[in-house]
Amino acid sequence: MSKRKIVPIGPYHPLQEEPEFFKLIVEGERVVDLEVDIGYNHRGIEKLAEAKHWDQITFLVERICGICSTSHPFAYCLAVEDLLKIDIPERAHYIRMIIDELQRLHSHLLWLGLAGHFIGYNTIWMWAWKAREPILDMFELISGNRQNYAMMKIGGVRRDMKKEDYQVLRKTIKELYPTLQLFQKAIEDDPVIQTRTKGVGILKKEDALSIAVVGPTARASGVNIDVRRDDPYAFYDKLHWSVITCREGDIYAKVIVRILEMFESCSLIEQCLDKIPDGAIEAEVRDIPPGEGIGRVEAPRGECIHYIRSDGTNRPIRHKIRAPSFVNVASNLVTVPGYTISDAAITLAAVDPCYCCTERSAVFLKTGEKILTGDDLIKLSIQKTENLKKDYGL
Amino acid sequence: MIKDEVKNALKETIKEWETKSPKRIYLTIDKKHLLQTAKLFFSDLSMRLSTITGIDNEQNFELIYHFSCDKSGEIFNIRVFLEKNNPEIDSLTKLFRASDWVEREINEMLGVRFIGHPNLTHLLLDNDWPKDSYPLRKDYTNE
Repeated sequence: MSKRKIVPIGPYHPLQEEPEFFKLIVEGERVVDLEVDIGYNHRGIEKLAEAKHWDQITFLVERICGICSTSHPFAYCLAVEDLLKIDIPERAHYIRMIIDELQRLHSHLLWLGLAGHFIGYNTIWMWAWKAREPILDMFELISGNRQNYAMMKIGGVRRDMKKEDYQVLRKTIKELYPTLQLFQKAIEDDPVIQTRTKGVGILKKEDALSIAVVGPTARASGVNIDVRRDDPYAFYDKLHWSVITCREGDIYAKVIVRILEMFESCSLIEQCLDKIPDGAIEAEVRDIPPGEGIGRVEAPRGECIHYIRSDGTNRPIRHKIRAPSFVNVASNLVTVPGYTISDAAITLAAVDPCYCCTERSAVFLKTGEKILTGDDLIKLSIQKTENLKKDYGL
Repeated sequence: MIKDEVKNALKETIKEWETKSPKRIYLTIDKKHLLQTAKLFFSDLSMRLSTITGIDNEQNFELIYHFSCDKSGEIFNIRVFLEKNNPEIDSLTKLFRASDWVEREINEMLGVRFIGHPNLTHLLLDNDWPKDSYPLRKDYTNE
C-alpha cells in the first residue's frame, strides 16, 4: 500500500477563482478521503442584515453571489411578502420570471464553459461563453446592468420592461436554440467527453437524499425536486415546462441535466413574453409588521431559502440565508474519494459550486519534494483528456 | 394530507401548531422530542431538511428546523426553545448528513451544543477565533 499524502486544493479554487479549501487525501493517484474547509472569506452577511433597513437588504443579498445575483433578492422579497401576505401585480411576476430564467441560462452556460475548460476542451469554453454574451446584453437592455440587476423590490420590481425590448429578447432566445443543440450534440457524440464524465464522481440517490442536495445536482441523481414546480412562486404553475432528471448521478448526467434545462428556460421566457400583461409593476408596501416569513426560489444551483423575522421595526431581528451550494458542496465528501486526482478537478466543479455563497477552495499538491499548484491540477486533467484522445485516435 | 399525517403521528407532542400561510406550517415541540419528530419527517414522510435557523431571543435560544416536503410544496418548521444558560440539543447527524454543516455553523455562531455531533468544530470561523465569543448573539460586540 502506498503512503497517504495530502493534496490541498485551496484556499482558492484554481478553476473557479473563488475561495474554498479542499484537502484531498491520496494514495498514489487515487483520492481516498476529502476534507472541506469553508469560511476563508466569510462576510457575515446575516449579521450585517440585522443592521440594515428592509429595503437596503435587497441590495445587500444581491451581493452574496455574482452569478445567481437575482436569486437571493428574489427569495428575500418572497420571504418579506410571505410575512406581509400581499399580492403583487401580475406584470411584476412575469418580469421576475424573465430575469430568473435569463439568469439560469447565463449561469448554466458559464458552468458549461468552465467544465469544458477543466477537462481540456477549450473550444467548448470559448463557444459557451460566446453564447452567454447575448444573454448578458439582454440584462443590460432590461436592467442597465450585466450583473447585479437590482430588479427585485419588496412588492414588485424596480424597473419596467420596455415593449420594444420584447422583440429583441425574443430574437436572442430564438438564436440561442441552435447553439444549445450544437452543444448537446457535441457532448453526446464525443467519446472522450463521455469517458471523462460517465461513471465519474457518482452521487448515489441515497447519499443525495441524506445530504439533501438540491438543484441539478439532486436531479442528476434521480431526486425529482424543483422549487418552481413543487412550491410554485410567481406564475411557474401557469406555464408549460418540465423538470429534467437523470438517474446516473455522474458528471455526464449533471451536464445533460443543465443543457436540457436551458431549453426549458428558453421556452419559459418565450411563454412569459406571450403572456405578460400591461399594468403596474409594484404593490405599495409601508411598514413591516412583527412576524416571520420564508421565501424560496429555484436558483440555477438549486433551492435558495431565506427566513426573516421582524419585530415591527425597520430592520429584521434575524435573517437566515441558505444558499444551494452550502448543501451541494458537502456532496463532494462522497463523490471525490474513490477516483483519481485528475478526476477531482471536474468532480469538484460538477456541482457548479458557488463559493461566494458557501464560501472557500485552492490547490497545492505536495508529494515529497514536488509541489504542484492549481494550474498543475488543471494540466493533469487536460493531460488525461489528451491521452484519451490519442487512445481514440482523435 | 401530509398535515393530518403529521398531526396524527405527533399528537400531544405538538405544543403549538400555526399555519402562517398555506404552505408554511410552524409547530413548536419540546426539545426532547426532536429526534423522533425529525425521524418521522425524514424517514416516514420523505422530507428534506432545508436548513436550521438559530435565533438569540435574549431570554432564550430558538432553533427552527425547516423541513421541506417536496411532494406538497409545504415547509414544516419545527420550533424548539433552549434555555439561555445551557443551550444544548440532540444532533440530527445520526439520521442524515444534511444537518452536519448547519449544526456546526449554529454551534460557532450562537454557542448551541449539539449532543452526539461527530465533529463539532469551527466551520466558517477561524480556528483562532476567541472562545465563548459568538457573533450572532445579540450581546456580541467586536471590540
